[in-house]
This record gives sequence, C-alpha cells and structure tokens, in this order.
Amino acid sequence: MLSLLWLVPALPLLGFLVLTLVGFRLPRLGVAVIGVGSVALSCILAILAAASLLMAPPASHSYTQILWTWLRVGSFAPEIALTLDPLSLVMIVVVTFVAALIHLYSVEFMAGDESFRRFFAYMNLFVASMLVLVLADNLLLLYLGWEGVGLCSYLLIGFWYKDPVNVAAANKAFIVTRVGDTAMAVGIFLLFTQLGTLRIAPLMGRAAEQWPVGSGMAVAAAALLLGGAVGKSAQLPLQTWLPDAMAGPTPVSALIHAATMVTAGVYLIARTNVLFTLAPAVQLVVAVVGAATLLLAGCSALVQRDIKRVLAYSTISQIGYMFLALGVGAWSAAIFHFMTHAFFKALLFLGAGVVIEALHDEHDIYKMGGLRRQLPLTFWTFLIGSASLAALPLVTAGFYSKDLILWQAWSSSIGSAWLWAAGVLGSFLTAVYTFRVVFLTFFGDAKLQVSKKPGMAIRIPLVVLAVLSVVGGFVETPRFLGHASLFTELMRTTLPAASEAVGRAGDELTFDIIAASVMLVGIYLAYLVFLGSPRRFEDVARAPSVAALRRFWFAGWGFDWLYDRVLVQPYVWIAHRDRNDVIDQSYRGIAWLAAASWRTLSRTQTGRVRWYAAGIAAGAIIILAIVVFRT
Amino acid sequence: MILAWLILIPFLGGILAWLVERWGAIWTRWVSLLAVALDLGLASILWFHAAGRFSLSSSGPWLVSLDRAWIPEAGIRFHLAMDGLSLLLVLLTAFLGVLSVAASWTEIQERIGFFHFSLLWVLAGITGVFLALDLFLFYFFWELMLVPMYFLIALWGHENRLYAAVKFFLFTQLSGLLMLLAILGLYEIHGRQTGAYTFDYFRLIGTRLPPQTAMWLMLGFFIAFAVKLPAVPVHTWLPDAHTEAPTAGSVVLAGLLLKTGAYGLLRFVVPLFPGAASAFAPVAMVLAVIGIVYGALLAFAQHDLKRLVAYTSVSHMGFVLLGVFAGTEIALQGVVVQILCHGISTGALFILVGALSERVHTRDMRQMSGFWTSVPRIGGVTLLFALASMGLPGLGNFIGEFLVLLGTYRVSAPLTVIASIGLIVSTVYALVMVQRTFYGPLKERPPMADLSGREAAMMAALVAAIIWLGLYPQPVLDLAKAPLDRLQERGAEINAAPGASAAEAPLRTALPLDNHRSEVDR
Repeated sequence: MLSLLWLVPALPLLGFLVLTLVGFRLPRLGVAVIGVGSVALSCILAILAAASLLMAPPASHSYTQILWTWLRVGSFAPEIALTLDPLSLVMIVVVTFVAALIHLYSVEFMAGDESFRRFFAYMNLFVASMLVLVLADNLLLLYLGWEGVGLCSYLLIGFWYKDPVNVAAANKAFIVTRVGDTAMAVGIFLLFTQLGTLRIAPLMGRAAEQWPVGSGMAVAAAALLLGGAVGKSAQLPLQTWLPDAMAGPTPVSALIHAATMVTAGVYLIARTNVLFTLAPAVQLVVAVVGAATLLLAGCSALVQRDIKRVLAYSTISQIGYMFLALGVGAWSAAIFHFMTHAFFKALLFLGAGVVIEALHDEHDIYKMGGLRRQLPLTFWTFLIGSASLAALPLVTAGFYSKDLILWQAWSSSIGSAWLWAAGVLGSFLTAVYTFRVVFLTFFGDAKLQVSKKPGMAIRIPLVVLAVLSVVGGFVETPRFLGHASLFTELMRTTLPAASEAVGRAGDELTFDIIAASVMLVGIYLAYLVFLGSPRRFEDVARAPSVAALRRFWFAGWGFDWLYDRVLVQPYVWIAHRDRNDVIDQSYRGIAWLAAASWRTLSRTQTGRVRWYAAGIAAGAIIILAIVVFRT
Repeated sequence: MILAWLILIPFLGGILAWLVERWGAIWTRWVSLLAVALDLGLASILWFHAAGRFSLSSSGPWLVSLDRAWIPEAGIRFHLAMDGLSLLLVLLTAFLGVLSVAASWTEIQERIGFFHFSLLWVLAGITGVFLALDLFLFYFFWELMLVPMYFLIALWGHENRLYAAVKFFLFTQLSGLLMLLAILGLYEIHGRQTGAYTFDYFRLIGTRLPPQTAMWLMLGFFIAFAVKLPAVPVHTWLPDAHTEAPTAGSVVLAGLLLKTGAYGLLRFVVPLFPGAASAFAPVAMVLAVIGIVYGALLAFAQHDLKRLVAYTSVSHMGFVLLGVFAGTEIALQGVVVQILCHGISTGALFILVGALSERVHTRDMRQMSGFWTSVPRIGGVTLLFALASMGLPGLGNFIGEFLVLLGTYRVSAPLTVIASIGLIVSTVYALVMVQRTFYGPLKERPPMADLSGREAAMMAALVAAIIWLGLYPQPVLDLAKAPLDRLQERGAEINAAPGASAAEAPLRTALPLDNHRSEVDR
C-alpha cells in the first residue's frame, strides 16, 4: 500500500491537468466528478497508506519513496522524494479529508458560477501542492509545494478577477508571503552551504552534531525559516494579507486560509524542530510572536463587522496559539491544535458561506439576525464549531487541544507564566468574539429574508465536520480526564515530547478551571453586550477613546497603514519618478552634447573664403607660437 | 563539416527565401521555416550523438570541430568547434529561430523577402558566434549578426524604430570596437612572446600576461559582453530596441542576442583572463545585483507592456552575470539553465505580447483590462510565463535562479541576500503585469480571437520546454558539465597557486609592451 504513496499528491495533480487541458469538453457534472473524485480518492489512499504505516511500522518509523533525482550538480542532488512519517501522516489525512469535504461543498456552493471548471482546477492544484509540501523529503521539494500553495492561494483569492479589489487582495497575499518565502530561501542556501544536504532527516542530524546550542549558524538558520513561517501562517509582522484574502470564494477561505495552507508555517517549524531547539533565542521569538499575534488578532476579531473577517482574524489568532505551543517546545500540541482547528474552523467558514449565500451575499453581521429558526442545521453546526473554537470545556475538540497548549505554556521548562497568561487572555477574547458572531447572526430578530437553503452537498460536510469538532479531541485528554494520549504517542517518534519544568508543574486541574471560567465569563459578556441588553453598552462604545480604539483594532492595529507608508508608497514613488531611467537620461545627455557641438561647429562652415583664410592664419600663428615658446 | 552546415543552412536559406519572394509570400515563409527547422533537426542529431558520447565520457569536452585555413598570412583560421555549452546554445538558437519565423507569419506584411533574409542571417551570425574558436572569426560573426538586426528594428519596428535602431547599433558597435582592440592586443602580445601570430583560441589561452595588461584586455572583452548582456549601467539600449522591434526581432534579441554576451563571458573572459576576471569579480557581482533589483524596479514602472517585458531581461541577466563571476560549479550550472530558460520564457512573453497587441493594436496597459474574459488561453499561458519569470518552482527559471543564488552564497552571503530581493520585486512586476492586462472588468471592445492553431502549437512547445527544464533539467546539466569543469579548473589553476602574483611579477620586465614604453621614455 505504501508504494502507492506517490498517487496521493499525483491524483489531485492529474485532476488539475485534466480539468485544465481537456476540461472544456466536459459538462459540469463531469467537472464535479473529476474535481471531487480526485481528492476523495487521494483521501482514501492517504488513509490506507497511514493505516499500513501504523500496522507495520518500519524500524525508522518513516517510509521514503524516491521518484526521481530532480537535478544533480556536484554534491547538490535533491530528489523528488516523499516521506511518510507520523507527522506527515496526520497532515495528509487531515488535509485530504477536509479538502474532500470542502470540494463536495463547493459543488453546490459554486454551482452557479461561470468559471466552475477553473475553480476546481485551481482547488485540485492546491491540494496537490499542499500534499507535496507536507510529504516532501527535502527542503527544496518542500519549497516547491510551499510556493505552489502560495500560487493557488493567489489564484483563488483573485478568483473573481473582474473586481479589482479581489485582484489587489490576491497580489497582496502573494507578495507579502513571498517576502517570507525569500527569507526561507536564504535559509535553504545557508543550510545547504553549511551542512551539505537538504534532505530533512540527515540535515537535522548534522545540525545537531555540528552546531552547539545557541551557535550563530543555528540562530540564523532558524530565524530565516521562521521568516518563511510567519509569512505563510500570517503571524506578526506579516499577518496583514490574511484578512484581505477573504475576497476569495468562501470554500477557498475554509480550505486554504483556515484549515490547511496557513498552518504550513506551523508544520515547517515542527518539521525542523531540531534547529529551533538549537537556537533557544529564536524559539523564544516564536513563542512571543505567537502570544502577541493571538492577542492582537483577537482584539481585531472583536470589532470586525464582516463575518469572514472575524473568522480570518480568529484564524490568525488560533495559529498564534500553535506558534505559542511551538515556542515552548510543545510540538505535538501544536500539531494537535492544527488538527482540531482544521475541523472547527473549516466548519465555521462553511457555515458562514451558507449564511452569506442565504442572505444575498450579505457579509455584515449587524445586518443579520434570527437565523437559528430559518437555518436550523447551519445554526447547530455553527454553534458546535463556535463552542469548539471558544474551547467549551469537556465536550469540544478545541478544548482539549487548547488546554494542552495552555498547560504546556506553563509547565514546559521554557514556558512561563506570561505566555500562559497571554493564552488565557486570548481564550477570553476568543469566547467574546466567537459568541458575538453567534448571537448577532443567529439570535435576535430576523432582519433579512433567507433566500436559499442548503442542499445535501452542503449539509453532509457541515455535519461531518461538526461531529469531528466534538470527538476529534478525545484522542488526547488531560490527566484528570482519563489521560488518553493517542496523539502524543503517535507523534513520539517524530516530535520530541515537551520537557516539563521541575517544580513548576502545579495542579493541571486548577489551571483548567481558571481557563474554563475565564472563557465562560467571555461568553456571558458577549451575551450581555450583544444579545441581553445591548443598549446599556452603547454609551461605552461611543466614548471617544473607546471608539478610537475600536477603529484602531478594526484596521488591524495600523499595520497596513504603516507598510503602505514605509514600503509601498516609496517604492511606487521611486518607480514612477524613474520610469524613464535616470541612467538613460545621462546617455541622452551625451547625445545632446554631440548634437550641440555639431551645431556649433557647423556654424563655422559659412562658405566665405575670407573667414577660412583668417582661420588658417590664426591657427598657423598659434602653432608657431607654441613651437617658439616651448624651446 | 556539420558545424559549417549549421551556419550555412540559415545563411543560404535566407538568400533563397528572398529569391522565392517573387512566387509569393507564402513561399518565403515556408522556405524560411524549413531552413530553421532543418537547423533544429541537425542540432538535435548532434545532441543525441552527444548524449551517447557523454555516457562513455572518455573523449574531451569538444564534440565536433572544423579547422580550415582562411587567411594564413595573418594567422586567421576558419575554426569552429562545439562543446556541450555551444551545443545547448545552438539548440536554443534553432528552437527560437523556428518560433520567430512562426511568430512573424501574420505580423510581417511588408518586404517579406528581405525580412526573412535578415532574420535568417541574424540567426546564422548568432550560430557562428556560438561556434567560432578563432577570435577573428568570432569578431566577424559578432558583427555579422549586428547589421541585419539593425534592419529588423529599423524597417519593421514600431513608432520610434529609427531612434531605437541607431541606439542599438551605436552601443553594440562601440563596445564591439573595444573588443576588437582587446583581440588585437592579445594577438600582438602572444605573437611577440612566442613568435607565432595567431587568433586561435587554444593558443591564445595560454598567453602569459602581466596583471595590469590582463585587466585592460579583459575589460575590453567584458564591456562588449556587458553591453550585450546587458549589465547596468550599459543596459539602456535594450528597452528601446526590444520595444520597437517586431515580435521576431524581440524574440531573437532577448532570447539569443543577449545570450551571446553571457556566452562570451563564459567562453572568453574567464578562460583567457582568469586572474583579471577573479580580481574584477567583486565589481561585476555588485553590478549584477544592482541590475537584478534595478531592472525589476524599472519593469514595474512601465506602462508599455512590451517595455515591461524588456526590462525584466535586465533583471534576469543580472543573475547570469552574478553566477559567472561567482564561479562555483553550482552557480555556473545555474547560469546555463538561466540562459536557456530566460530565452524560452522571455521569448514566449514577447510572442504573447505580440499576439495581444496584434489584436488590440496597442501596447499600453492603461488601455487594457479584463482580457481574461475574452481570451482566457492567452491569459493562462501569459500567467504561466509571468510565474516562470518570477522564479516559481517547477518551472525552469527557478532552477537557474536558485542554483545561481545557492552557488553565490558560498562566495558572498550579503550579495546573495540582496540578489534574493530580486525574487520579491520580480513578483511585484509579474503580478502587476497580469493584473493590468488580464484582470479587472473587460472594457467594451470588438471580440478578440483566442490562440489560433499556429499560436497554440508554438505555446505548447514553449510550455513543455519550460516545465521540462523545471522538473528534470539533468540532460542540460550533464551536457554543460564538461565545459564548466574545464572552466573551473582554469580558474582554480590561477587562484590556487599561492605565488601567482609573485610568479607573474618577473614576467613584467620581459614583456614587449613594457620594453616598448621604456624606450619611448628614454
């Protein structure tokens, strides 16, 4: 079964090729069958491959399939090779499974779109790139997948290309992430030059052998890879592209900008965890970036009006939790949260898509309301997703993964009370902004008439994801709740366990109760402000200082403004000032001089003999004078 | 003799194409197409032959050669030879030759015979440049490709064609003159040293030169090649020439003529003057990095679609210059891949821009918008080559740029980092180009036809080539390995000898040039 591993990314790629090259001959149904079918088949193969790896694990706990040598120059010989180990196993199963559901959803959601075929072609290409990214055996192939998902993200954000706003958002996403990608590329140059290979497993081995902890090379390499990770995962300071990326169709936001691609940075850091362990300073930066991002994005999510932008900031914030986990060495907790987040955030986006469709493309949550009666299934699934996002204790997947992160942020030997506190404050914000959306959208009075109810292709993914948003967390539970540890056991062979600090390990139950009560207070506050008695809070909201703060948060803490002034405008200004190339102007200057001297000298050619005679005489006198006076 | 045929076929084909014009334009087009196709076939045969020989890897780097006396009194021989590097470039020449004839099929409607004559003679001259190993013969071909190119721009170009043609001619002619002086200087010094006055590459290569003389002679060659490449600050002829030329002219200019500069650096500058080249390397690399970023900035600033594509060449050829002077094996292989891929991707973009402006009769992007709606296939292919241009992995240009940067990192990490910024700024211009032409609302226009069968076939060949080079460039790397190894050995000999400068010092007094000067002083 494992020998068919190459088909997992190849099938969606084949789907893309078929749809692109011969798809115009196909009817819509054919397009849908190829688009969904290729991903669904890939999902089945991924599950089979995962099962056969788990049933009979090889000695190294990983399986590598070499397809061909990409290129060979001296000792530089990266291969097109795939590696399946527990980490990539979780990634491919989650990616293909969620992708298959979202493809199915898209069949109905995109049914009326004139570019139905183009949509599925791009989506299939995305899935193929994402699978290459997580299966890549070496960093160069990983980089291929990395850029491939970036490309598809660009293509799908700008899918409705007729509106310049969408295209601008697409360009912004590609350019901003490419800044990070370039840092990552330099990191790859450094790693190969210093360590002589790009295959990840031997590379990590050599790094651990050759570089002492805290060495300059390790710090530089880890920092450069972190640059790539913050770009792709929309963390500070490169987070600005993700909210705008919501311009794409909603299934795209669910798949690319929530469940899979944006977590690629988390995967990269987990995959190269050895480097980060060797560079404690950079690892601390990872934790701080995560903590800062989760708070900043949480505040911004609190004041957005567009339902998709709330979810976008929420995604940034939740990935912040994953970075926080990585930063304290809780590697498998980060991947665990990736998995549960993929379920509940995809669910929320898909639910939001139904709401937006039902209300004639209305994004503003303040214009929605009372939808729980009109869209009951959407309401219940959205509620489950929200509960999971807000980490409602005991019954949701999000609780178990976030709890693990918070606990390890405290108990890890490189954790701290500050990081824990940031996480708890973040979960308060999460509860407020999540239930703000729930209360405003589904409760209260109905303000708009629902025009469209979801069919089966939309209901099935919603229900499946809702179930997973509940049960997905039971594989890993805290000590006082049975202490299931299927997930960390699975990861044990790939990711080192978090080291617990001696003496700081207090009572996990107490910390859980604190976090849970903070979160419940958050929900209650959301209830009071947005549903219970909104009038009481209107005055507070209108106070000048509060209003200014809201505007500041609404605009994403002014990062867009800052980058626009510091980077974009100067670049555009220089480009436009220098459109005619200052260097070319200097050559024109030479040409002008030549022409001017030609004009001057040609004036002497008057055709009058006496002037010529005078010229000859004057010249003769000057030459004679020189000869005479020199000797 | 096969090498002579590679040059003679387009040479004679050009004359024949002109002659058959009286029977009708279609005859000219088919004769030209057959001639370049024949050339491509011949080059492909050589390639299969070479691929077989390399597996044995016993014979030296030279696959075929032809050495006849030409003007024996002056030591000038008709010496052609082909190694892996020249084979790759000849293949590229024939490939783009076929495409440029095909691209002119409907665009050129005036003086068709003379057009094809000029086009084929440019191709013949370029092929000669890639094969000549006698320096005089090399200079002969160097000038031969210049004159018909001038006509291509001046006669079939766009609005501002005469200005562009004269500018092109002046830049290349002046810099060519410097190279001629350097060639004559080398000829003279070698003749005085050994008594054998010859222009033969293999004999001149061993000439011992005092460092200062070597530097001056090297600069003579370097400037000629830097103008062709082009490197900042002698790049300014390029945007005008590329923009004003007809499509085939732009394809040949960007795809091939620029490559003669890159080839010259690899074939002559580094092997003839290894010491001077390595002393000059920091300057060249800084110019290269400036070119990468500055070219991309200027590309972004343009409103004229064709001018935008033209400026991207300045940026991309910066990678070539960087890799040549970094001189590591990885960087040099990157240079070869970059040369080929830039030829393919920029050639494709010029053909696409030509196809688009044939339909909408403008190149001004301010008057374009939303073309994806009406011509999605042109849009898709343009997008693909724009992505190639910004170095997206999976497409050939990525391999070239990545290898150059990876190979340069060992030599200079700071320059590599600055050059990597090129990856970001190239994203900016590539995306903006696609955005301004293909995205946005479609303005009211008469309906446009999407790719015709002829255009689709051309694009299929180009797309296949760029993806092949992106996913399996090994055949190219293998072919280039032997010549590049030799190049590196040559560099290593000079650099490795610790007393290199000391050993050269006593030579200085014995050298005729210095003796000559001291006589004058007395």
